[in-house]
Amino acid sequence: MTMKNPLAKTAVLLAGMYVFLTWILPLFTAPLPASLIYLYLALTVAAAAIFYTMSGAGLDDFMGPIGRFLTGEGHAGATGTARLVVFALFPLLVGWQTYAKLAPSDMPPAENRTIHPAPPGEFVGLANPFPRTPGNIATGQGLYAAYCSPCHGGNFDGKGPASVGFNPPPANFSDPGTIAQLQESYLFWRIKKGGVGLPVEGMPWKSAMPRWEKELTDERIWKIIMGEYAGAGQSPRTWEEEE
Amino acid sequence: MTHDVNAHRPSRLPSAKCCAWSLLWALILLPAFAWAQDAATQAMSVEYRDIPGLGSRNVIWIVAQQHLLLAGFVLGVPIFAWVCELVGWKSGEARYDNLAKEFTKLLTSAYATTALFGGILLFLLIGLYPKLMAYLSDIFFPSFLAYCMLFLMETAVLYLYWYGWDVMQGRKKWIHLTLGFLLNLFALGIMIVPNSWATFQASPVVVGDGTAIERAWAATWNPTWWPVNIHRLIANVVLGGFICGAYAGIRYLLAASRAERDHYDWMGYVGNFIGVFGMLPLPFAGYWLMREIYQYNQQMGITLMGGFLAWLFILQAMLIGVLFLGANYYFWMGITYRIPGSEQRYRRPILAMLIVLMVCLGVWMTPHSLVASLEEARKMGGTHHPLLGVFGVMSAKMTVANLMILVTFMSFIMYWRAGKQETAAWAKIAKSVMGALLVVAGIAVVVLGVWGYFVPAIIRINYFSVAQVLIVLFIMLTFTPLTAVLMKSAKVTTAMVWGQMPVRSAYCLVSNAVMVVLLMSLMGYARSSSRVHWHIYGVMRDTSEYAYSPALGYAAAFMSLNTFVFCLLAAFIFWVATMGDKAKQGPAQGARADTPTGMPGMAPAVAGGAPTGARTGTPTGTRTHE
Repeated sequence: MTMKNPLAKTAVLLAGMYVFLTWILPLFTAPLPASLIYLYLALTVAAAAIFYTMSGAGLDDFMGPIGRFLTGEGHAGATGTARLVVFALFPLLVGWQTYAKLAPSDMPPAENRTIHPAPPGEFVGLANPFPRTPGNIATGQGLYAAYCSPCHGGNFDGKGPASVGFNPPPANFSDPGTIAQLQESYLFWRIKKGGVGLPVEGMPWKSAMPRWEKELTDERIWKIIMGEYAGAGQSPRTWEEEE
Repeated sequence: MTHDVNAHRPSRLPSAKCCAWSLLWALILLPAFAWAQDAATQAMSVEYRDIPGLGSRNVIWIVAQQHLLLAGFVLGVPIFAWVCELVGWKSGEARYDNLAKEFTKLLTSAYATTALFGGILLFLLIGLYPKLMAYLSDIFFPSFLAYCMLFLMETAVLYLYWYGWDVMQGRKKWIHLTLGFLLNLFALGIMIVPNSWATFQASPVVVGDGTAIERAWAATWNPTWWPVNIHRLIANVVLGGFICGAYAGIRYLLAASRAERDHYDWMGYVGNFIGVFGMLPLPFAGYWLMREIYQYNQQMGITLMGGFLAWLFILQAMLIGVLFLGANYYFWMGITYRIPGSEQRYRRPILAMLIVLMVCLGVWMTPHSLVASLEEARKMGGTHHPLLGVFGVMSAKMTVANLMILVTFMSFIMYWRAGKQETAAWAKIAKSVMGALLVVAGIAVVVLGVWGYFVPAIIRINYFSVAQVLIVLFIMLTFTPLTAVLMKSAKVTTAMVWGQMPVRSAYCLVSNAVMVVLLMSLMGYARSSSRVHWHIYGVMRDTSEYAYSPALGYAAAFMSLNTFVFCLLAAFIFWVATMGDKAKQGPAQGARADTPTGMPGMAPAVAGGAPTGARTGTPTGTRTHE
């Protein structure tokens, strides 16, 4: 038996998407936040509405059941009663949702954090003054192992032994969305000034990054940066190609 | 002699009495001079003025945005009005000339309002930001004069172009076309000169010693001037096209006769086509602009794309997505309604295109840092999702943007070919080659996008992104002429019927216009806000009480307000512009009794639907689409 009603097809598609995003996808990766699930569901509804309303007949098939349900046309007996039950339950559902959103809770609100604020002017345009030699890279990786790897991990993946204690977790340098998107000067600023040196832009900040300028010289910081990029298999953002 | 000498003396030297009077006056006036000097000194030292209750920044925000939107319309419309006129002249089809004239009618009525808002903006800037304006005047004064000259020329040419339309027909048409060309030339100048002032604020360069013209030129030639010029030029065409489309949509809803309905259906199609045509290269221009901003100043680039303004780009993705969907939806409805019997034939390709568009939009709208509760973030291991987090970076965004452009272009090609049968002997081969090229291009764009994650950023930016753009451009530049040649010899199997589109097609046109206005308001705010607390980035700091970036929610409210005000203004302008039409129509032509009943559930259209029995009527007044 094939399903003919576009509205029913849309409902099944929507339910399928919800099941996939909420239960099946997390079998292979981390669960998705609700904001993303609702976004994808909204796109699914939009796609169905666009597809089924391209023609007059399609519009009637898609919107007709909704219109008939609202007006009561053809809804007698049990379906009529079911319709009235839905009408009675719907405001209660809306009321419950409103209450659930507004009721005091001990849960912090959803995060809307700015991950990459703009660096202060004095750090803009700085270039690594040390040549990318095997010796400098090895020095940098040695320093990284001593100072950074407890949190950022020996494999540069943000999974050091201390990482479990932090929320948000330490940055994963092997992810192409982190240091590969940034210039070396940005890393220099972040290492040197740490979490406490972050600007007010996009507050509140949540960073446990130490202010390394107290312990590390500029030379060591630059060499650590070199070691990080080499170890994570990434390249810094530049405006000139390396020869 | 002595007497004579003394007789002349009073005319050269003051007498004692005169000296006394002068001294007295001087004593009386001295405080007045002092007060005047104090007032002048005080006026010179005023850096800011405010409008209590409203706030100077808010007022400037609204007036500048309205001026910019109106100017975008006024500078964008002449481009395609002139092209339409040219097409009409070359093809000999009067309807193109009429359409061009109708576009220009909207232009003339909007022109005065644009100038009015420009004047208000200038007065407000001088009054509210005197220090900044003094600084800019000192650098740009020669270009102020050039701007005035261009404005005068533009106004004169516009009057000649509009009022001379009917006079300069036939053998004199070339004069009119030349005027249209000049109109666009001056319009380009009017756009790029003020762009230099605004882009200098964002990306100032060192202005050394030299003559006034040398200094102005040095400041004008700043790193973001041409990227903004190109971006705005294309965006103006998009804005103009969609606004004209919305105008046609509303006129279509209000059409009282069959002829009117046919005309405004066609005008709506042309408006949508122009909007889409401009929208295809727009992301490339935007990408170039962002690249220049990043290269000019890392801080500014990060503030925009990774910092507190980054969320605006998620909103941008949503608005562009809606615009792409709206434009395609209109095309697809055009195939379904204007080419009877084609619904089933094109259903599958449309579904495939819709799925690709939706998947692309899903990727484009997925932020790098997700909005997640504490519990959700813990489960994900941060605000970056381990799998979907990869959608948040530029490589993914560029890839899906290119694919959406490709799909929209193919949507247009499908519309073009609908209802026709190619007769050329080589048509089958050509179509196979086009199909193969399309598949290869799609795969290549995706492969480059995925590969982009594994190469240094500079390789991705300089080569991969450029290659993606070139691939899409290659497809557009080869398919368009090839299809044109194929269609030249094609026979029409199902004639295109105008005036049959449903009510929602007109709403779709209006929605597209609203989206593009909202989009321009959004990105206008982003561009302006990227200067953060600087009037002139890194040179002149904003020391007013408004030297902070408003919260995104507050900014979004202002963008919505600006969009609403602009829509009201546009509605008023168009209402005024078309007031005379009703009078000219006369009772017989304008009567609703003339409206045929053969409309698919839409007569009278504005009421939202007619009895379904009206579907059986046979449409009159058909035209073959070309």
